[in-house]
Amino acid sequence: MENFLLKNIDNPNSADIAEYEQAGGYKNLSKALGIKPKDVLDEVKASGLRGRGGAGFPTGMKWTFATADPKFPKYLMCNADEGEPGTFKDRPILEKNPHLLIEGMAISGYALGAEYGHIYLRGEYPEAGDILNSAINQANEKNYLGENILGKGIKFKLSVHMGAGAYICGEETALIESIEGKKGQPRNKPPFPVNVGAWGMPTIVNNVETLSNVPYIIEIGGENYAKIGSSECPGPKLFSVSGCVNKPGVYELPMGTTLQDIIYNHAGGMRNGKKLKAVIPGGISTPVLPADAIDCAMDFVAMPKAGSMLGSGAVIVMDEDVCMVKVTYRALKFFEHESCGKCVPCREGTDWLRKILERIENGKGTQGDIELLSDVAGIMSGKTFCPLGDGAAGVVMGMIKHFRSEFEEHIKEGKCTF
Amino acid sequence: MAVRFELIMFNETVINEINGIRKKYPDRRSALLPSLYIAQREFGWLSLKAMSCVAKALNLPEADVRGTASFYSMFKHNPVGRNVIQLCTNVSCMILGAEKLVDFLKSKYGVHPNGTSEDGRFSLVIMECIGACGTAPAMLVNTDFHDELSESRIEEILEKYK
Repeated sequence: MENFLLKNIDNPNSADIAEYEQAGGYKNLSKALGIKPKDVLDEVKASGLRGRGGAGFPTGMKWTFATADPKFPKYLMCNADEGEPGTFKDRPILEKNPHLLIEGMAISGYALGAEYGHIYLRGEYPEAGDILNSAINQANEKNYLGENILGKGIKFKLSVHMGAGAYICGEETALIESIEGKKGQPRNKPPFPVNVGAWGMPTIVNNVETLSNVPYIIEIGGENYAKIGSSECPGPKLFSVSGCVNKPGVYELPMGTTLQDIIYNHAGGMRNGKKLKAVIPGGISTPVLPADAIDCAMDFVAMPKAGSMLGSGAVIVMDEDVCMVKVTYRALKFFEHESCGKCVPCREGTDWLRKILERIENGKGTQGDIELLSDVAGIMSGKTFCPLGDGAAGVVMGMIKHFRSEFEEHIKEGKCTF
Repeated sequence: MAVRFELIMFNETVINEINGIRKKYPDRRSALLPSLYIAQREFGWLSLKAMSCVAKALNLPEADVRGTASFYSMFKHNPVGRNVIQLCTNVSCMILGAEKLVDFLKSKYGVHPNGTSEDGRFSLVIMECIGACGTAPAMLVNTDFHDELSESRIEEILEKYK
């Protein structure tokens, strides 16, 4: 399959508008503006595109809810708060192919009747911020954005909003709170952002990769797009592979490519001839899979059946030398740090889990600690305000399910056995 | 030690910059995060006085400004060194040896996590994933990005930051 999302990124000037136009860029915007907004929406619906941020919600359905709400103005937010550890898939788009995202947002804004867009960019990507800002200026000068896009009287104004290092702001209602200048704590739902979002208005929050797929859908048509990859969640997907492989990096592959194929054929297999032990398939919030479970299709439907989730498609590969207790402990340190403090099960639960894991890793674990971990994780599951706490609990339960013996050994030996 | 008195207030250029940012949003509170970044850029860190300047510029209650500022880890509430090293130690970086780099920074430069070296040259912040997992371990020094780190590469890189 030819790359679309990562097209042209090896060109050192790929972020420049002239290069993007040269490669056929902004033609899809012009094509989209030639048909009715409703027709653009229908193409997206027909494509079967599902949100690439992790939840996999059908994009066409989200857009339909937002357009059905009679309130104006509507806001289009691009979620570029790529914070899920292991994930670096949006970064090449933001830094190397920013005009693809801008074109995608301009088309989406037209389909949605949204005249204002904001890119919520994580604070850890200052370079991407500069690149996006100059790309937006270029697009404004060429009337691909602004008050009168391509002379058709259509308005879409776009700006970049820098986050400041809070993982939770990747959750869409927390993102909205944050852009409104508040602490990034998730809101109660309903009402959903498509009805009551930023500044009380209908707001559509879509991931960078999701919005960057829109020009492609316009180019080849929704029906053709739906034939790529898995039938229930089609399209190209970016996989960011890290850890103990020979060729870590971002790979654009059809949705549904197997984990086995990603690790051994695309990422060059295991580093230093080591044996594969475990894979975190979709970013740190997704449950771990042992080496013998990697013959599974990476998509939103197949992964839950295999015992994990597609998440952001961030594949973290671990070899036989990696201590699973240590990985779990580091993951929980992360969740404890990033818990927003709004709900008790998450705030207290992540703290407890981290403490227990810390003592096991440091050789101070006691009999009953594994049961205690399971107990705390079980109490958290399904009872937290947003998916952060659920994710943390799932990580611990997955690790104990597949690597219980390592936890037992740490406790028995009174030290880290790696 | 000489005591330096600094005038903590925004100059006219900064006020204009903040007013420009306000126009991007339907309400003034939404300009808070960008304005806090500006205050941090101007004063180095967010003292109570710096946050009070932000509150005045946006006509917001000081408590609101402080509440928001305290939530986000990239806003600094203590003075920092001349250069801020933000090193990731999350799982992908950890697997490839980021923790040893923390030890190296401690022994070679005398800088501890959340601390500043005695000479004021470096502050160290441990980060939760900076999206460079494919080229781990990685760090930001001020706003410059560096990856594929090793002890010798860190030495080479930090030479540039005095």
